[in-house]
Amino acid sequence: MTNSNSNIQLDKHGRLKHFLTIEGLDRNLLLDILNYAESFSGVGERAVKKVPLLRGKTIANLFFEPSTRTRTTFELAAKRLSADVLSLNITHSATKKGESLLDTLRTLEAMHCDMFVVRHADSGAAHFIAANVAPGISVINGGDGRHAHPTQAMLDMFTIRKHKGDFAPLRVAIVGDIMHSRVARSEIHALSILGANEIRVIGPRTLIPKDIQTLGVHVYHDLEKGLQDVDVVVMLRLQHERMCSALLPGESEYFNLYGLTEKRLSVAKPDVIVMHPGPINRGVEIDSQVADGKRSVILQQVSHGIAVRMAVMAMAMGNLSNLDIEDADADSH
Amino acid sequence: MNQSPHDIELWLSDMADQLKKIVSDTPLMIGIQTGGIWIAERLHKKLGIEEPLGRLNIAFYRDDFSHIGLHPRVMPSNLPFSVENREIILVDDVLHTGRTIRAALNEIFDYGRPSRIILTALIERSGRELPICADVFGKRMSLKANEHVKLSGPEPLALEIKTAE
Repeated sequence: MTNSNSNIQLDKHGRLKHFLTIEGLDRNLLLDILNYAESFSGVGERAVKKVPLLRGKTIANLFFEPSTRTRTTFELAAKRLSADVLSLNITHSATKKGESLLDTLRTLEAMHCDMFVVRHADSGAAHFIAANVAPGISVINGGDGRHAHPTQAMLDMFTIRKHKGDFAPLRVAIVGDIMHSRVARSEIHALSILGANEIRVIGPRTLIPKDIQTLGVHVYHDLEKGLQDVDVVVMLRLQHERMCSALLPGESEYFNLYGLTEKRLSVAKPDVIVMHPGPINRGVEIDSQVADGKRSVILQQVSHGIAVRMAVMAMAMGNLSNLDIEDADADSH
Repeated sequence: MNQSPHDIELWLSDMADQLKKIVSDTPLMIGIQTGGIWIAERLHKKLGIEEPLGRLNIAFYRDDFSHIGLHPRVMPSNLPFSVENREIILVDDVLHTGRTIRAALNEIFDYGRPSRIILTALIERSGRELPICADVFGKRMSLKANEHVKLSGPEPLALEIKTAE
Protein backbone atom coordinates (compact mmCIF):
# COMPACT_ATOMS: atom_id res chain seq x y z
CA MET A 1 0.00 0.00 0.00
CA THR A 2 2.92 2.39 0.56
CA ASN A 3 4.08 2.01 -3.02
CA SER A 4 2.74 5.19 -4.46
CA ASN A 5 1.27 5.23 -7.89
CA SER A 6 1.18 8.93 -8.63
CA ASN A 7 -0.97 8.52 -11.76
CA ILE A 8 -4.00 8.10 -9.57
CA GLN A 9 -3.52 11.78 -8.67
CA LEU A 10 -4.12 13.08 -12.19
CA ASP A 11 -7.12 13.11 -14.49
CA LYS A 12 -6.92 12.21 -18.16
CA HIS A 13 -5.70 15.70 -19.02
CA GLY A 14 -2.86 15.43 -16.51
CA ARG A 15 -4.53 17.84 -14.12
CA LEU A 16 -4.74 17.39 -10.38
CA LYS A 17 -7.66 15.25 -9.17
CA HIS A 18 -6.27 13.96 -5.87
CA PHE A 19 -3.28 15.36 -3.98
CA LEU A 20 -1.60 12.45 -2.22
CA THR A 21 2.14 12.83 -2.65
CA ILE A 22 4.63 15.18 -4.29
CA GLU A 23 6.56 12.24 -5.71
CA GLY A 24 6.02 11.82 -9.45
CA LEU A 25 4.38 15.21 -10.05
CA ASP A 26 5.98 17.51 -12.57
CA ARG A 27 7.56 20.87 -11.98
CA ASN A 28 4.88 22.85 -13.80
CA LEU A 29 2.13 21.40 -11.66
CA LEU A 30 4.00 22.34 -8.49
CA LEU A 31 4.52 25.86 -9.89
CA ASP A 32 0.79 26.08 -10.70
CA ILE A 33 0.03 25.28 -7.05
CA LEU A 34 2.41 28.03 -5.91
CA ASN A 35 0.97 30.54 -8.39
CA TYR A 36 -2.63 29.83 -7.45
CA ALA A 37 -1.67 30.10 -3.78
CA GLU A 38 -0.21 33.52 -4.54
CA SER A 39 -3.58 34.57 -5.96
CA PHE A 40 -5.47 33.20 -2.98
CA SER A 41 -3.17 34.76 -0.39
CA GLY A 42 -4.84 38.16 -0.80
CA VAL A 43 -8.29 36.81 0.08
CA GLY A 44 -7.53 36.68 3.80
CA GLU A 45 -6.74 40.39 3.87
CA ARG A 46 -10.00 41.63 2.36
CA ALA A 47 -13.20 42.87 4.00
CA VAL A 48 -14.96 39.67 2.96
CA LYS A 49 -12.50 36.81 3.40
CA LYS A 50 -14.23 34.52 0.94
CA VAL A 51 -14.42 33.76 -2.76
CA PRO A 52 -17.40 31.85 -4.17
CA LEU A 53 -15.35 29.27 -6.06
CA LEU A 54 -16.52 26.13 -4.25
CA ARG A 55 -19.97 27.37 -3.26
CA GLY A 56 -22.32 24.43 -2.76
CA LYS A 57 -19.52 21.86 -2.45
CA THR A 58 -19.11 19.76 0.68
CA ILE A 59 -15.69 18.93 2.06
CA ALA A 60 -15.16 16.38 4.84
CA ASN A 61 -12.01 16.55 6.95
CA LEU A 62 -11.32 12.98 8.09
CA PHE A 63 -8.79 13.09 10.87
CA PHE A 64 -7.91 9.60 12.07
CA GLU A 65 -4.96 11.14 13.90
CA PRO A 66 -5.09 14.26 16.06
CA SER A 67 -4.00 17.56 14.58
CA THR A 68 -4.84 21.16 15.33
CA ARG A 69 -3.16 23.41 12.84
CA THR A 70 -3.45 21.18 9.79
CA ARG A 71 -7.13 20.57 10.48
CA THR A 72 -7.97 24.20 11.22
CA THR A 73 -6.07 25.55 8.21
CA PHE A 74 -7.77 23.02 5.92
CA GLU A 75 -11.08 24.02 7.45
CA LEU A 76 -10.40 27.72 6.99
CA ALA A 77 -9.18 27.14 3.42
CA ALA A 78 -12.43 25.32 2.57
CA LYS A 79 -14.51 28.08 4.16
CA ARG A 80 -12.64 30.84 2.31
CA LEU A 81 -13.56 29.02 -0.90
CA SER A 82 -17.22 29.07 0.27
CA ALA A 83 -17.45 25.28 0.61
CA ASP A 84 -19.40 23.64 3.42
CA VAL A 85 -17.00 21.79 5.63
CA LEU A 86 -17.34 19.18 8.31
CA SER A 87 -14.46 18.00 10.46
CA LEU A 88 -14.57 14.51 11.87
CA ASN A 89 -12.16 13.36 14.53
CA ILE A 90 -12.18 9.63 14.20
CA THR A 91 -9.30 9.03 16.60
CA HIS A 92 -11.28 7.61 19.50
CA SER A 93 -13.45 5.20 17.61
CA ALA A 94 -11.91 1.76 17.44
CA THR A 95 -11.63 1.79 13.67
CA LYS A 96 -9.71 -1.05 12.19
CA LYS A 97 -8.12 -0.66 8.79
CA GLY A 98 -9.69 -2.02 5.63
CA GLU A 99 -13.30 -2.83 5.95
CA SER A 100 -14.33 -0.37 8.61
CA LEU A 101 -12.45 2.43 6.85
CA LEU A 102 -14.40 1.61 3.71
CA ASP A 103 -17.61 1.64 5.71
CA THR A 104 -16.80 5.14 6.93
CA LEU A 105 -16.18 6.18 3.33
CA ARG A 106 -19.44 4.73 2.04
CA THR A 107 -21.32 6.56 4.78
CA LEU A 108 -19.75 9.90 3.84
CA GLU A 109 -20.30 9.25 0.15
CA ALA A 110 -23.97 8.73 0.93
CA MET A 111 -23.96 12.26 2.39
CA HIS A 112 -22.79 13.50 -1.04
CA CYS A 113 -19.44 14.88 0.01
CA ASP A 114 -17.28 16.17 -2.85
CA MET A 115 -13.87 16.02 -1.23
CA PHE A 116 -12.13 14.17 1.60
CA VAL A 117 -9.12 15.56 3.41
CA VAL A 118 -7.49 12.62 5.13
CA ARG A 119 -4.99 12.46 7.99
CA HIS A 120 -4.09 8.95 9.08
CA ALA A 121 -1.34 7.26 11.10
CA ASP A 122 -0.88 4.56 8.46
CA SER A 123 1.33 5.22 5.45
CA GLY A 124 -0.71 4.85 2.27
CA ALA A 125 -4.10 5.50 3.87
CA ALA A 126 -4.91 8.45 1.58
CA HIS A 127 -3.95 6.40 -1.51
CA PHE A 128 -6.15 3.58 -0.32
CA ILE A 129 -9.08 5.97 0.09
CA ALA A 130 -8.45 7.65 -3.29
CA ALA A 131 -8.41 4.24 -4.95
CA ASN A 132 -11.73 3.32 -3.37
CA VAL A 133 -13.88 6.46 -3.48
CA ALA A 134 -16.69 7.15 -5.92
CA PRO A 135 -15.40 8.68 -9.18
CA GLY A 136 -16.52 12.28 -8.52
CA ILE A 137 -14.75 12.63 -5.19
CA SER A 138 -11.30 14.19 -4.69
CA VAL A 139 -8.95 13.13 -1.90
CA ILE A 140 -6.28 15.35 -0.33
CA ASN A 141 -3.61 13.82 1.88
CA GLY A 142 -3.30 15.75 5.13
CA GLY A 143 -0.46 13.48 6.31
CA ASP A 144 -0.20 9.69 6.23
CA GLY A 145 2.10 7.84 8.63
CA ARG A 146 5.75 8.29 7.72
CA HIS A 147 4.92 8.57 4.04
CA ALA A 148 3.87 12.03 2.89
CA HIS A 149 2.50 15.43 3.89
CA PRO A 150 2.30 17.14 0.51
CA THR A 151 0.41 20.32 1.49
CA GLN A 152 2.94 21.00 4.26
CA ALA A 153 5.77 20.61 1.75
CA MET A 154 4.05 22.97 -0.70
CA LEU A 155 3.43 25.64 1.93
CA ASP A 156 7.10 25.43 2.81
CA MET A 157 7.99 25.80 -0.88
CA PHE A 158 5.65 28.80 -1.04
CA THR A 159 7.39 30.34 1.99
CA ILE A 160 10.83 29.71 0.49
CA ARG A 161 9.83 31.24 -2.84
CA LYS A 162 8.38 34.31 -1.08
CA HIS A 163 11.73 34.96 0.56
CA LYS A 164 14.23 33.67 -1.97
CA GLY A 165 12.49 33.93 -5.33
CA ASP A 166 14.26 31.20 -7.25
CA PHE A 167 14.99 27.64 -6.12
CA ALA A 168 17.97 27.03 -8.39
CA PRO A 169 20.75 28.61 -6.28
CA LEU A 170 19.42 27.41 -2.91
CA ARG A 171 21.06 25.21 -0.32
CA VAL A 172 18.44 23.82 2.06
CA ALA A 173 19.06 21.88 5.28
CA ILE A 174 16.42 19.69 6.91
CA VAL A 175 17.29 19.02 10.54
CA GLY A 176 16.09 16.39 13.00
CA ASP A 177 14.15 13.15 12.89
CA ILE A 178 14.26 12.42 9.16
CA MET A 179 13.43 8.75 9.73
CA HIS A 180 9.92 9.25 11.04
CA SER A 181 9.10 12.44 9.19
CA ARG A 182 6.55 12.57 6.39
CA VAL A 183 7.28 16.30 6.16
CA ALA A 184 10.96 15.63 5.40
CA ARG A 185 10.14 13.07 2.73
CA SER A 186 7.65 15.35 0.92
CA GLU A 187 9.99 18.30 1.28
CA ILE A 188 12.90 16.44 -0.30
CA HIS A 189 10.74 15.47 -3.29
CA ALA A 190 9.41 19.02 -3.72
CA LEU A 191 12.84 20.64 -3.47
CA SER A 192 14.38 18.28 -5.97
CA ILE A 193 11.51 18.65 -8.47
CA LEU A 194 11.72 22.45 -8.14
CA GLY A 195 15.45 22.23 -8.77
CA ALA A 196 17.08 23.34 -5.50
CA ASN A 197 20.87 23.37 -5.78
CA GLU A 198 21.55 21.21 -2.72
CA ILE A 199 19.42 19.40 -0.16
CA ARG A 200 21.04 18.40 3.13
CA VAL A 201 19.64 16.27 5.91
CA ILE A 202 21.13 16.67 9.36
CA GLY A 203 20.51 14.41 12.36
CA PRO A 204 21.78 11.55 14.51
CA ARG A 205 22.52 8.24 12.76
CA THR A 206 19.57 6.58 14.50
CA LEU A 207 17.14 9.06 12.95
CA ILE A 208 18.36 9.13 9.35
CA PRO A 209 17.25 6.33 7.00
CA LYS A 210 20.12 4.31 5.56
CA ASP A 211 19.03 4.67 1.93
CA ILE A 212 18.27 8.41 2.05
CA GLN A 213 21.11 9.30 -0.38
CA THR A 214 19.15 7.64 -3.18
CA LEU A 215 16.86 10.70 -3.03
CA GLY A 216 19.82 12.90 -3.96
CA VAL A 217 20.46 14.45 -0.54
CA HIS A 218 23.69 14.98 1.38
CA VAL A 219 23.81 13.54 4.89
CA TYR A 220 25.42 15.33 7.86
CA HIS A 221 25.60 14.13 11.43
CA ASP A 222 27.27 17.32 12.65
CA LEU A 223 24.87 20.27 12.85
CA GLU A 224 27.48 23.01 12.49
CA LYS A 225 29.03 21.45 9.40
CA GLY A 226 25.64 20.89 7.87
CA LEU A 227 24.49 24.48 8.40
CA GLN A 228 27.53 25.96 6.64
CA ASP A 229 26.33 28.45 3.99
CA VAL A 230 22.72 27.26 3.86
CA ASP A 231 19.93 29.60 2.66
CA VAL A 232 17.07 27.77 4.36
CA VAL A 233 16.85 25.65 7.53
CA VAL A 234 13.84 23.40 8.03
CA MET A 235 13.65 22.18 11.64
CA LEU A 236 11.56 19.09 12.32
CA ARG A 237 9.59 18.45 15.44
CA LEU A 238 11.15 15.88 17.74
CA GLN A 239 8.39 13.64 18.93
CA HIS A 240 8.45 12.74 22.60
CA GLU A 241 7.77 9.07 21.97
CA ARG A 242 11.13 8.81 20.17
CA MET A 243 12.83 9.70 23.42
CA CYS A 244 11.41 6.70 25.17
CA SER A 245 12.27 4.31 22.38
CA ALA A 246 16.06 4.19 22.91
CA LEU A 247 16.71 6.02 19.64
CA LEU A 248 17.86 9.07 21.56
CA PRO A 249 19.58 9.66 24.87
CA GLY A 250 17.32 12.48 26.14
CA GLU A 251 15.97 15.94 25.42
CA SER A 252 18.81 17.99 26.86
CA GLU A 253 21.41 15.76 25.21
CA TYR A 254 19.56 16.19 21.91
CA PHE A 255 19.46 19.96 22.32
CA ASN A 256 23.21 20.01 23.00
CA LEU A 257 23.89 18.23 19.73
CA TYR A 258 21.09 19.23 17.38
CA GLY A 259 19.21 22.14 18.94
CA LEU A 260 19.22 25.24 16.72
CA THR A 261 20.73 28.27 18.50
CA GLU A 262 21.73 31.72 17.23
CA LYS A 263 25.37 30.76 17.62
CA ARG A 264 25.04 27.67 15.45
CA LEU A 265 23.01 29.56 12.89
CA SER A 266 25.85 32.06 12.47
CA VAL A 267 27.65 29.76 10.00
CA ALA A 268 24.65 29.84 7.63
CA LYS A 269 24.13 32.59 5.04
CA PRO A 270 23.40 35.98 6.69
CA ASP A 271 19.90 36.05 5.14
CA VAL A 272 19.04 32.46 6.12
CA ILE A 273 15.39 31.74 6.97
CA VAL A 274 14.34 29.26 9.65
CA MET A 275 11.20 27.17 9.18
CA HIS A 276 9.37 24.65 11.36
CA PRO A 277 6.13 22.81 10.58
CA GLY A 278 5.02 23.22 14.22
CA PRO A 279 4.16 22.76 16.95
CA ILE A 280 7.65 23.68 18.15
CA ASN A 281 9.42 22.17 21.17
CA ARG A 282 11.28 25.13 22.64
CA GLY A 283 14.60 24.07 24.09
CA VAL A 284 14.48 20.65 22.42
CA GLU A 285 15.01 21.14 18.68
CA ILE A 286 14.99 24.93 18.64
CA ASP A 287 16.02 27.70 21.01
CA SER A 288 13.38 30.36 21.79
CA GLN A 289 15.75 33.09 20.64
CA VAL A 290 15.78 31.54 17.15
CA ALA A 291 12.09 30.61 17.07
CA ASP A 292 11.08 34.19 17.93
CA GLY A 293 14.00 35.82 16.12
CA LYS A 294 14.09 37.83 12.91
CA ARG A 295 15.10 34.90 10.71
CA SER A 296 12.17 32.78 11.83
CA VAL A 297 9.29 32.54 9.34
CA ILE A 298 7.35 29.97 11.37
CA LEU A 299 4.19 32.06 11.75
CA GLN A 300 4.22 33.06 8.07
CA GLN A 301 4.17 29.35 7.27
CA VAL A 302 0.82 29.08 9.03
CA SER A 303 -0.78 31.87 6.96
CA HIS A 304 0.74 30.47 3.78
CA GLY A 305 -0.75 27.08 4.67
CA ILE A 306 -4.25 28.45 4.18
CA ALA A 307 -3.48 29.89 0.72
CA VAL A 308 -1.72 26.73 -0.44
CA ARG A 309 -4.56 24.51 0.78
CA MET A 310 -7.06 26.75 -1.00
CA ALA A 311 -5.05 26.35 -4.20
CA VAL A 312 -4.88 22.57 -3.97
CA MET A 313 -8.57 22.23 -3.14
CA ALA A 314 -9.65 24.55 -5.95
CA MET A 315 -7.42 22.81 -8.48
CA ALA A 316 -8.62 19.35 -7.54
CA MET A 317 -12.29 20.36 -7.57
CA GLY A 318 -12.04 22.42 -10.74
CA ASN A 319 -10.52 19.64 -12.75
CA LEU A 320 -13.34 17.18 -12.46
CA SER A 321 -14.89 18.32 -15.72
CA ASN A 322 -14.68 16.27 -18.87
CA LEU A 323 -14.24 19.32 -21.06
CA ASP A 324 -11.08 19.93 -23.01
CA ILE A 325 -8.45 22.31 -21.76
CA GLU A 326 -9.04 24.30 -24.97
CA ASP A 327 -12.50 25.21 -23.71
CA ALA A 328 -11.07 26.44 -20.46
CA ASP A 329 -8.93 28.89 -22.40
CA ALA A 330 -11.79 30.24 -24.47
CA ASP A 331 -12.39 33.87 -23.64
CA SER A 332 -15.82 34.71 -22.40
CA HIS A 333 -16.94 38.21 -21.66
CA MET B 1 -12.19 42.36 -40.21
CA ASN B 2 -9.39 44.14 -38.40
CA GLN B 3 -9.48 47.54 -36.77
CA SER B 4 -6.54 49.90 -37.09
CA PRO B 5 -4.84 51.26 -33.94
CA HIS B 6 -5.87 54.70 -35.18
CA ASP B 7 -9.59 53.90 -34.74
CA ILE B 8 -9.00 52.50 -31.27
CA GLU B 9 -7.23 55.70 -30.18
CA LEU B 10 -10.19 57.75 -31.40
CA TRP B 11 -12.63 55.57 -29.51
CA LEU B 12 -10.52 55.87 -26.35
CA SER B 13 -10.48 59.68 -26.57
CA ASP B 14 -14.20 59.67 -27.11
CA MET B 15 -14.72 57.39 -24.08
CA ALA B 16 -12.59 59.69 -21.92
CA ASP B 17 -14.67 62.71 -23.02
CA GLN B 18 -17.93 60.95 -22.23
CA LEU B 19 -16.64 59.76 -18.84
CA LYS B 20 -15.52 63.27 -17.85
CA LYS B 21 -19.12 64.42 -18.29
CA ILE B 22 -20.63 61.85 -15.94
CA VAL B 23 -18.08 61.19 -13.18
CA SER B 24 -17.37 63.18 -10.04
CA ASP B 25 -14.00 64.82 -9.29
CA THR B 26 -12.39 61.86 -7.58
CA PRO B 27 -13.32 58.56 -9.19
CA LEU B 28 -11.31 55.36 -8.76
CA MET B 29 -10.64 53.13 -11.74
CA ILE B 30 -10.58 49.33 -11.89
CA GLY B 31 -9.64 47.30 -14.99
CA ILE B 32 -10.58 43.67 -15.55
CA GLN B 33 -7.74 41.36 -16.57
CA THR B 34 -6.32 41.16 -19.16
CA GLY B 35 -7.65 43.38 -21.95
CA GLY B 36 -9.67 45.56 -19.58
CA ILE B 37 -6.47 46.63 -17.83
CA TRP B 38 -4.91 47.76 -21.11
CA ILE B 39 -7.94 49.95 -21.82
CA ALA B 40 -8.05 51.15 -18.20
CA GLU B 41 -4.38 52.18 -18.31
CA ARG B 42 -5.15 54.52 -21.25
CA LEU B 43 -8.30 55.96 -19.69
CA HIS B 44 -6.63 56.35 -16.30
CA LYS B 45 -4.02 58.58 -17.94
CA LYS B 46 -6.51 60.51 -20.07
CA LEU B 47 -8.71 61.29 -17.04
CA GLY B 48 -5.69 62.16 -14.88
CA ILE B 49 -6.80 59.97 -11.99
CA GLU B 50 -4.33 60.32 -9.12
CA GLU B 51 -4.96 57.13 -7.20
CA PRO B 52 -3.35 54.01 -8.72
CA LEU B 53 -5.27 51.76 -11.09
CA GLY B 54 -6.97 48.72 -9.53
CA ARG B 55 -6.67 45.35 -11.23
CA LEU B 56 -9.36 42.73 -10.96
CA ASN B 57 -9.07 39.05 -11.76
CA ILE B 58 -12.52 37.56 -11.66
CA ALA B 59 -11.40 33.92 -12.09
CA PHE B 60 -12.54 33.03 -8.58
CA TYR B 61 -15.97 34.52 -9.21
CA ARG B 62 -16.87 33.00 -12.55
CA ASP B 63 -20.14 31.12 -12.76
CA ASP B 64 -18.69 28.55 -15.18
CA PHE B 65 -15.91 27.41 -12.82
CA SER B 66 -17.38 23.97 -12.29
CA HIS B 67 -17.48 23.45 -16.08
CA ILE B 68 -14.10 24.74 -17.09
CA GLY B 69 -11.93 24.68 -13.97
CA LEU B 70 -9.38 27.28 -13.03
CA HIS B 71 -7.62 29.25 -15.70
CA PRO B 72 -3.98 28.19 -15.62
CA ARG B 73 -2.57 31.72 -15.66
CA VAL B 74 -4.58 33.40 -12.97
CA MET B 75 -2.99 36.58 -11.57
CA PRO B 76 -4.13 38.00 -8.25
CA SER B 77 -6.52 40.91 -8.00
CA ASN B 78 -4.93 44.06 -6.66
CA LEU B 79 -7.04 46.96 -5.43
CA PRO B 80 -4.54 49.33 -3.79
CA PHE B 81 -7.26 51.50 -2.20
CA SER B 82 -10.47 51.24 -0.19
CA VAL B 83 -13.60 51.07 -2.35
CA GLU B 84 -15.82 52.03 0.57
CA ASN B 85 -18.16 54.87 -0.42
CA ARG B 86 -16.17 55.70 -3.57
CA GLU B 87 -17.20 56.19 -7.17
CA ILE B 88 -15.64 53.53 -9.36
CA ILE B 89 -15.17 53.37 -13.13
CA LEU B 90 -15.10 49.68 -14.04
CA VAL B 91 -13.33 49.00 -17.34
CA ASP B 92 -13.38 45.96 -19.63
CA ASP B 93 -12.31 45.50 -23.22
CA VAL B 94 -15.41 43.74 -24.57
CA LEU B 95 -18.89 43.63 -23.07
CA HIS B 96 -20.53 40.46 -24.41
CA THR B 97 -22.63 38.11 -22.23
CA GLY B 98 -22.35 40.31 -19.14
CA ARG B 99 -21.16 37.41 -16.98
CA THR B 100 -17.69 38.86 -16.46
CA ILE B 101 -19.24 42.09 -15.20
CA ARG B 102 -21.59 40.18 -12.88
CA ALA B 103 -18.54 38.41 -11.41
CA ALA B 104 -16.57 41.67 -11.17
CA LEU B 105 -19.41 43.42 -9.31
CA ASN B 106 -19.58 40.55 -6.84
CA GLU B 107 -15.86 40.68 -6.25
CA ILE B 108 -15.78 44.48 -5.78
CA PHE B 109 -18.50 44.20 -3.13
CA ASP B 110 -16.31 41.72 -1.23
CA TYR B 111 -13.84 44.59 -0.78
CA GLY B 112 -16.43 47.07 0.46
CA ARG B 113 -19.47 49.11 -0.59
CA PRO B 114 -18.82 51.65 -3.36
CA SER B 115 -21.15 54.64 -3.67
CA ARG B 116 -21.48 54.19 -7.44
CA ILE B 117 -20.08 51.97 -10.21
CA ILE B 118 -19.91 53.16 -13.82
CA LEU B 119 -19.28 50.56 -16.48
CA THR B 120 -17.24 51.28 -19.58
CA ALA B 121 -16.04 48.96 -22.35
CA LEU B 122 -14.13 49.55 -25.56
CA ILE B 123 -16.48 47.29 -27.51
CA GLU B 124 -20.14 46.83 -26.72
CA ARG B 125 -21.20 43.79 -28.72
CA SER B 126 -24.48 41.88 -29.03
CA GLY B 127 -25.17 38.72 -27.06
CA ARG B 128 -26.11 39.84 -23.55
CA GLU B 129 -27.31 37.08 -21.22
CA LEU B 130 -27.78 39.30 -18.15
CA PRO B 131 -29.43 42.69 -17.60
CA ILE B 132 -26.15 44.64 -17.75
CA CYS B 133 -25.31 47.59 -19.98
CA ALA B 134 -22.34 49.91 -20.43
CA ASP B 135 -22.63 53.56 -19.39
CA VAL B 136 -19.91 54.50 -21.86
CA PHE B 137 -18.49 52.50 -24.75
CA GLY B 138 -16.10 53.10 -27.63
CA LYS B 139 -17.77 51.14 -30.40
CA ARG B 140 -20.98 49.15 -30.71
CA MET B 141 -20.82 45.96 -32.77
CA SER B 142 -23.55 43.65 -33.90
CA LEU B 143 -22.02 40.20 -34.16
CA LYS B 144 -23.24 36.64 -34.57
CA ALA B 145 -22.92 34.17 -31.71
CA ASN B 146 -20.00 32.39 -33.38
CA GLU B 147 -18.05 35.61 -33.97
CA HIS B 148 -15.50 36.63 -31.33
CA VAL B 149 -13.75 39.93 -30.74
CA LYS B 150 -10.18 39.57 -29.59
CA LEU B 151 -8.14 42.51 -28.34
CA SER B 152 -4.37 42.20 -28.44
CA GLY B 153 -1.98 44.52 -26.66
CA PRO B 154 -0.85 46.30 -24.64
CA GLU B 155 1.26 48.03 -27.33
CA PRO B 156 -0.15 48.56 -29.87
CA LEU B 157 -3.79 47.79 -29.18
CA ALA B 158 -5.40 45.88 -32.04
CA LEU B 159 -8.75 44.24 -32.60
CA GLU B 160 -9.49 41.11 -34.50
CA ILE B 161 -12.82 39.45 -35.19
CA LYS B 162 -12.66 35.69 -35.50
CA THR B 163 -15.37 33.37 -36.68
CA ALA B 164 -15.51 30.01 -34.92
CA GLU B 165 -16.15 26.95 -37.09
